[in-house]
Amino acid sequence: MNNAFIIGQYVPGESIVHRLDPRTKMVVIFLFVIIVFFANSFWSYALLAVFSLACALFTRIKFSYIIKGLTPVWFLIIFTFLLHLIVTKEGDILFRIFTYPVYAGGVMQGAAISLRFFLLIMVTSLLTLTTTPIEITDAIESLLQPLKKIRFPVHELALMMSISLRFIPTLLQETEKISKAQASRGVDFKTGRVKERIQAVVPLLVPLFVSAFKRAEELAMAMEARGYQGGEGRTKLRELKIQQRDILVFGVFALLIVGLLFTRA
Amino acid sequence: MGYNFIEFKNVSFRYGENMPWVLENVSFQIKSDEWIAIIGHNGSGKSTIAKLMNGLLSPQKGTILIDGMEVNEDTIWEIRKKIGMVFQNPDNQFVGTTVQDDVAFGMENRGVPRQEMLKRLEDSLSAVGMQDYELREPHRLSGGQKQRVAIAGVLAISPQAIILDEATAMLDPNGRKEIMDTIRSVKKKHPLSLITITHDLNEVTLVDRVIVMNKGKVWLEASPRQVFSRKKELLEIGLDIPFIAKLAGHLSQQGMPLKNEPLSHEELLEELWTYHSKM
Repeated sequence: MNNAFIIGQYVPGESIVHRLDPRTKMVVIFLFVIIVFFANSFWSYALLAVFSLACALFTRIKFSYIIKGLTPVWFLIIFTFLLHLIVTKEGDILFRIFTYPVYAGGVMQGAAISLRFFLLIMVTSLLTLTTTPIEITDAIESLLQPLKKIRFPVHELALMMSISLRFIPTLLQETEKISKAQASRGVDFKTGRVKERIQAVVPLLVPLFVSAFKRAEELAMAMEARGYQGGEGRTKLRELKIQQRDILVFGVFALLIVGLLFTRA
Repeated sequence: MGYNFIEFKNVSFRYGENMPWVLENVSFQIKSDEWIAIIGHNGSGKSTIAKLMNGLLSPQKGTILIDGMEVNEDTIWEIRKKIGMVFQNPDNQFVGTTVQDDVAFGMENRGVPRQEMLKRLEDSLSAVGMQDYELREPHRLSGGQKQRVAIAGVLAISPQAIILDEATAMLDPNGRKEIMDTIRSVKKKHPLSLITITHDLNEVTLVDRVIVMNKGKVWLEASPRQVFSRKKELLEIGLDIPFIAKLAGHLSQQGMPLKNEPLSHEELLEELWTYHSKM
């Protein structure tokens, strides 16, 4: 039962994408999100699509699994397409649905925007599919380092994130325990009207909060006893290292940007 | 023989101005290579002693010396390098997302260089028999395993003293045995002072000296054998004595006094089968 607690949607693997430095992945994806908006011709879209598909293939995660992960946004993609189909009135009339005219421009525009959307979401989901939450935390801590100069609490933020990640499964287990304990005392979580079900959550939340506060207090004491005095002068066990493959990825990405500049209309 | 590593001199403590004293005029010494058990029922002040030792709390009266240094604001970080502590709740002291991150936490805080850290990580994990679990997350470990990781985290900073503050109280019998075995093997390999704080008298049979606390005062300071010979009084201050000691007590009530107070099954057996032989 313990294996059911996989946080996020990380899929363990050994592919090159998995082994990339998380900072590389974050920077590349961040830039990709920006350049997607510069595509405006058939070939530029084709280039971006090929790049994203190649990324997806390199993860060695089943493509159907990646697509399945996008289920919640399919609706949005299709909705965008239909909206453009109806609203845009450019070019020739292709055909009519009953009496409503559908223009060629609308189809083009709709396809382009939906594709853009699709690529954006697919590529960003590759980050969470191939990177553990703790790696993402490390990457954020490392990338935000410059903000320390303006006294932004980077280390504290990263520590907070990693402690939350560590306690999610613990609190889930606790929730399960409490809900069983309350159910055995006659609280009904599963039937009844919406209002009754919301009320049933109260005896679940109160003990959960009380124990979370108690945990926090004990954790703080344990951390202090183990010599925690903030980020100053601290060393780290987990280490991020830029390797050849990271440089290679940046190189390929630079080529993509150049290619995009040439294929833009 | 070790020197006096921990020294309490007339220490009194209370949580607030108008609160009752939790500890009253407590004095004792612990040597640098001694294994001490501090026992007492709930509210006897035994856990407070642990928190006073590494400056998580500070006393209103009296002084506490650790390795010759007085515990105060300026010295607590120095002192926390010397004293490792394992708490009661296995979950609430596990900071890292995996076993290796948690063991490393104490070292990271002290700025141990990474290469050194990796070596110590391996050593301390194998000292507690958890070397195959480096990448496990805490929710996939048993309570006993989590406490062993906590002990490894303490060992990694190579302290001069380890305090176990009811470290076995929340574990099942198996977990309890795991921890006691681990502690015993650690004690054998490292010459450090070990302070076990507990209300379970089964855990004190192996220690060098027992400090019995009652109502914030040191009630008795003696060897385990001497402590167990005062069964009636122990029961009066709310401590439950182990089965073997109880049995020995009943035997002597039935007119069969044993020469030595037995601490284990073996010792009791020894006493019984040689009972009639007068050599």
